[in-house]
Amino acid sequence: MKWITAIIKPFTLDDVRQALTEVGISGMTVTEVKGFGRQHGHTELYRGAEYVVDFLPKLKLEIAVADEQLEHAIEAISTAARTGKIGDGKIFVSELEQAIRIRTQEVDADAL
Amino acid sequence: MRFKSSGVSGKALVGIGLVATSVLATPAFAQATPTPVLNSGDTAWMLTATMLVLLMTIPGLALFYGGMVRAKNLLSVLMQCFAITAMVTVLWLIYGYSIAFSTQGMQAHVTNLHSIIGGLDRIMLSGLKPDTLYQTVPEAVFVMFQLTFAIITPALIIGAFAERMKFSALLWFSGLWLTLVYLPMAHMVWSGPGSLLGDLGVLDFAGGTVVHINAGIAGLVACLVIGKRRGYPHTPMPPHNLAYTVVGASLLWLGWFGFNAGSAVAANGSAGMAMLVTQIATAAAALGWLAAEWLTHGRPSVLGIVSGAVAGLVAVTPAAGTAGPGGALVLGAAAGVLCFFTATKLKHKLGYDDSLDVFGVHAVAGILGGILTGPLAAPVLGGFGTVTELGTQLWIQTKGVMFTIVWSTVLSYVILKLIDLTLGLRVDDEQEQVGLDLSLHEEKAYNLS
Repeated sequence: MKWITAIIKPFTLDDVRQALTEVGISGMTVTEVKGFGRQHGHTELYRGAEYVVDFLPKLKLEIAVADEQLEHAIEAISTAARTGKIGDGKIFVSELEQAIRIRTQEVDADAL
Repeated sequence: MRFKSSGVSGKALVGIGLVATSVLATPAFAQATPTPVLNSGDTAWMLTATMLVLLMTIPGLALFYGGMVRAKNLLSVLMQCFAITAMVTVLWLIYGYSIAFSTQGMQAHVTNLHSIIGGLDRIMLSGLKPDTLYQTVPEAVFVMFQLTFAIITPALIIGAFAERMKFSALLWFSGLWLTLVYLPMAHMVWSGPGSLLGDLGVLDFAGGTVVHINAGIAGLVACLVIGKRRGYPHTPMPPHNLAYTVVGASLLWLGWFGFNAGSAVAANGSAGMAMLVTQIATAAAALGWLAAEWLTHGRPSVLGIVSGAVAGLVAVTPAAGTAGPGGALVLGAAAGVLCFFTATKLKHKLGYDDSLDVFGVHAVAGILGGILTGPLAAPVLGGFGTVTELGTQLWIQTKGVMFTIVWSTVLSYVILKLIDLTLGLRVDDEQEQVGLDLSLHEEKAYNLS
């Protein structure tokens, strides 16, 4: 199993969710986060007071997938979250050792 | 003792001094006979105007300022406006109205103590009955109308020391400032023949000196005495909800018709013209700020256009009874552009933390309007006053403005220092960091989960 952490632009969420559903991913966790990468912040100006906003709002998706689903999931996210402009986000993949569904005590692939 | 409420005292006639003794007073004199008669049209309008001016403070000014502070201090601003409204009302009843509007011991062109402060014969509104008249309206309505001016003036100042003053210090400051600065100032300008600035011939229709310069200067002094907010100017302190600010500015614009057109104390042509020139100057100032900002910063901002509108409202306040539509257009545009530079450039250059630009908008637009009211009252410049010697009236206006600046600077400084040495003006660092809402009032504006 793999653990996918994706940072995406907030407005792409609906498209990403749809794309993931289409490749059979049946669950995910979404968190509102702030951060910066190559896309630096923007400036705001209030009555002449200029503020540089370093941290931009993004969404963090966390998805557990079976090994064979990984490529499909990555492709789905990459396609749906891509605008081609700086700041589209990143996808991180790591190993996932165990998964347990609390209600039924099913484990690993059955629990996803 | 009964208040002598003949037609010659009052705001409609401010300025019948050296310059404009007879002609300006004509419309009001026509109504003000030795035994004034109640006019139900005037009364209905003044009842309405009074409510409009109250609307300017709560919720107008409260929201205008509240949107500009950080979310953790929103309630403190709303609380300060609301508490000032309540406290000033009680002080007004006890002694405020008497000190501002008693005409005891006053005589035209005689300068004595009562040219500066009113007598105490109207304490507890002594002598006020349902049928007591002020010009053609019940005096009770006039008391209420003037009360709403006394409320908004100290409330304007809170923008200068927002986000860092103790609530107890705020109450003491507002009470003392009302008593020692506002009441005598209102008396000197608006109490009729024998008043210091009224006799001088200073034109101030609705409160450019008494309200806006007075409050604006006090704001500058206050933000210098109390010091900058922690982290200013390096920590970002953006407005937390500009939508509130826009709603507040819109309510101020609306309520200002009560302020300016109500200052005619009658439902007449002067009130109608005051309403029109107020609208024109406000629109011109909003566009003036917008244009200046667009040209300087490359884009027009929401905070900019509403700030410009307020600058225009302030600037036209003293001129509303005498300026013509063309004069209002020029005055408004000038105020919008000038205040853009004072609030966005001058402040950052000089480094003082006038949090919500009480000085940069109210004092600056007030001074500009106060001075230009003189020439713009001249018929040759499209005005409806009796000014013929532009230079002379300009100088009289300048003297009135300078007097207000000195008066407010000195007394505001003394009051603030006194409170700072005894009670302390400022919350401690931790309270400021947490925010005044939680640390002083144990409440939060937003409990969003």
